[in-house]
Amino acid sequence: MRKISMGLVAFGVAASMSLAACSTGTPAASGGASGAAKPYIAIISKGFQHQFWQAVKKGAEQQAAKDGVEITFEGPASESEVENQMTMLTNALAKKPAALGFAALDSKAAAPVLQQFKDANIPVIAFDSGVDSDIPVTTAATDNKAAAAEAAKHMCTLIGSAGTVGVMVHDQTSRTGQDRRDGFIEGMKATCPDVKVLEPQYGKGDPNISADIASSIIEANKDLKGIFLANEGTAIGGIKAAKEKGVDGKLVLIGFDSGSDQIAAINDGTMAGAITQNPVGIGEQVVANAVKALKGETLPKVVDTGYYWYDKTNINEAKIQAVLYK
Amino acid sequence: MSTKTNPPAAVLAVAEKTGGWRERVQQLFALAGLVLIFIVFSIARPQIFPSWSNVTAILFSATVVGLLALGVTLVIITSGIDLSVGTGMTLTAVMAATFIVNWHIPIWLGVIMTLLFGALIGLINGVNVAVFGLPPFIATLAMMLVAQGLALVISNAAPIYFDPENFSAYLWLSTGKLVPGLPNAVLVFALAAVVAFILLNKTLLGRYDISIGSNEEATALSGINTKKWTMIIYAVAGLFTGLAGVMISARLGSAQPSTGAGYELQAIAAVVIGGTSLSGGKGTIVGTVIGALIIAVINNGLQIMSVRQEWQNVILGLVILVVVFIDQFRARQAATT
Repeated sequence: MRKISMGLVAFGVAASMSLAACSTGTPAASGGASGAAKPYIAIISKGFQHQFWQAVKKGAEQQAAKDGVEITFEGPASESEVENQMTMLTNALAKKPAALGFAALDSKAAAPVLQQFKDANIPVIAFDSGVDSDIPVTTAATDNKAAAAEAAKHMCTLIGSAGTVGVMVHDQTSRTGQDRRDGFIEGMKATCPDVKVLEPQYGKGDPNISADIASSIIEANKDLKGIFLANEGTAIGGIKAAKEKGVDGKLVLIGFDSGSDQIAAINDGTMAGAITQNPVGIGEQVVANAVKALKGETLPKVVDTGYYWYDKTNINEAKIQAVLYK
Repeated sequence: MSTKTNPPAAVLAVAEKTGGWRERVQQLFALAGLVLIFIVFSIARPQIFPSWSNVTAILFSATVVGLLALGVTLVIITSGIDLSVGTGMTLTAVMAATFIVNWHIPIWLGVIMTLLFGALIGLINGVNVAVFGLPPFIATLAMMLVAQGLALVISNAAPIYFDPENFSAYLWLSTGKLVPGLPNAVLVFALAAVVAFILLNKTLLGRYDISIGSNEEATALSGINTKKWTMIIYAVAGLFTGLAGVMISARLGSAQPSTGAGYELQAIAAVVIGGTSLSGGKGTIVGTVIGALIIAVINNGLQIMSVRQEWQNVILGLVILVVVFIDQFRARQAATT
């Protein structure tokens, strides 16, 4: 029984892919919206573990007010709760939204439910990390690989093209984790071929665990010149470890995203700089593109929401301040 | 603890019997394991691994899980379990930040209130187990979820920061160095371990703990209020959870509301490696401290050797299996001789 239904789902996905290839148009705006009632857009994020998600939420709410739509914004408690997110997705479907904004923790796991959204003519707007499927009408995301490669370029310059560099990532399975890890490592190879890049270590985005791991990396590598810290929780741990080990200011720490600790560390010199995405922009794009999809507009496959390098010299510029969150 | 009546002879006999040579041998085994693992890593990375700064890093990383494990030991000896310590720690960390940062309560008072809040979490567990008769697994599983949710609700799902300018004394609790070269967190853990050791070995709480775990009915029949003592033991475990909450937030300079899940399993692993039996009635604090250190040494050593992280958990899991196998094998041998 189970095998049969899985087969059907697989067939459905395959069929929809070929359909999507034929017709670039989006489903009609009829999905649940009726009369004068505001269209309702359900948004499911990866969590609210970091302030990053709160900033995405803020952007989505701002845009929703502008476009006159209603939204809900929810996400699992931590970014490892794939199952929980699936439940939220199923529940969202039951509420018959006009459109769905979705940041997949595991895009393969989500595929069958996303198919149901498609079958119900509910357009899906992917955000943050891509969804490996043709169902989303567009994806509003940071190009994480390019962003991490940019971090590698700065790392290379700052350490003087020699020595050993550590890589700490939040997890092995998420798309952002993989893209940032690969983008950084490939970036180092391209710009700094003589630098030894250590085996990546994963701290679950938990600052306490990340601090322990960073301590070990600092301890184990006497010629360590820098560490790349691939998200906010990881970065907090790296900053604490550098201070605990008394190498703050000597070790080149490069972070990702923002938050009070990273901003303070950049200002006091513990952290050399960081890459920030544009979380508010991501939230705005999700809602704006959902509204466009409801109007039947054709959308680009990917909406690049951009990233910036920021350090002591430009942290107070308006352009940067606008995308940082505390 | 303050009562003057002497514990009945039957209970004492049980306590004496289980607290005898067998556990001492067990501790020796655990200690030998710790030393062996330490030597292996020291040979593999002689310049780095045994250095003083790395040893302090290991001790530091053992403190949070170790503090949780101290409380869990007391609970497991009653043949109970406490799954709420991981997220309970997070909730107490959030409460510490709420008290001290948001409500501007003096740090010393805020810390005491946090410890009491931890004890309250434990007490609720104890009431659910002892008075309402819920299985400890269920009661503390429910509390684990409640604590996880409340931590997010109270903090508004955002970290609460202890601004270093105003709260440096709080951060000092963990990262300060009263003894040069040694983070205060390690001293706190050592002190807490001594307190737990005294509680278990020198007080009525410890004796009743062991006798409830060995045979709750017999203990009750001999006139001991087992319900009351079970509640007290869970509350004391909560006290250690609260202390862990203080120490983790002091280290990070912030209460991180969505971490904590999973720490309870690390703590239980430390207790089991230390030779405390999940079926209750026996267990030692020294064993638990060694267990927490073994986990910290393995994690640190494998990281120092740049072992791929996927394998680190596999190795830790295998160590737990080996330790329990050896323990059971010796128990069976002891039973036949």
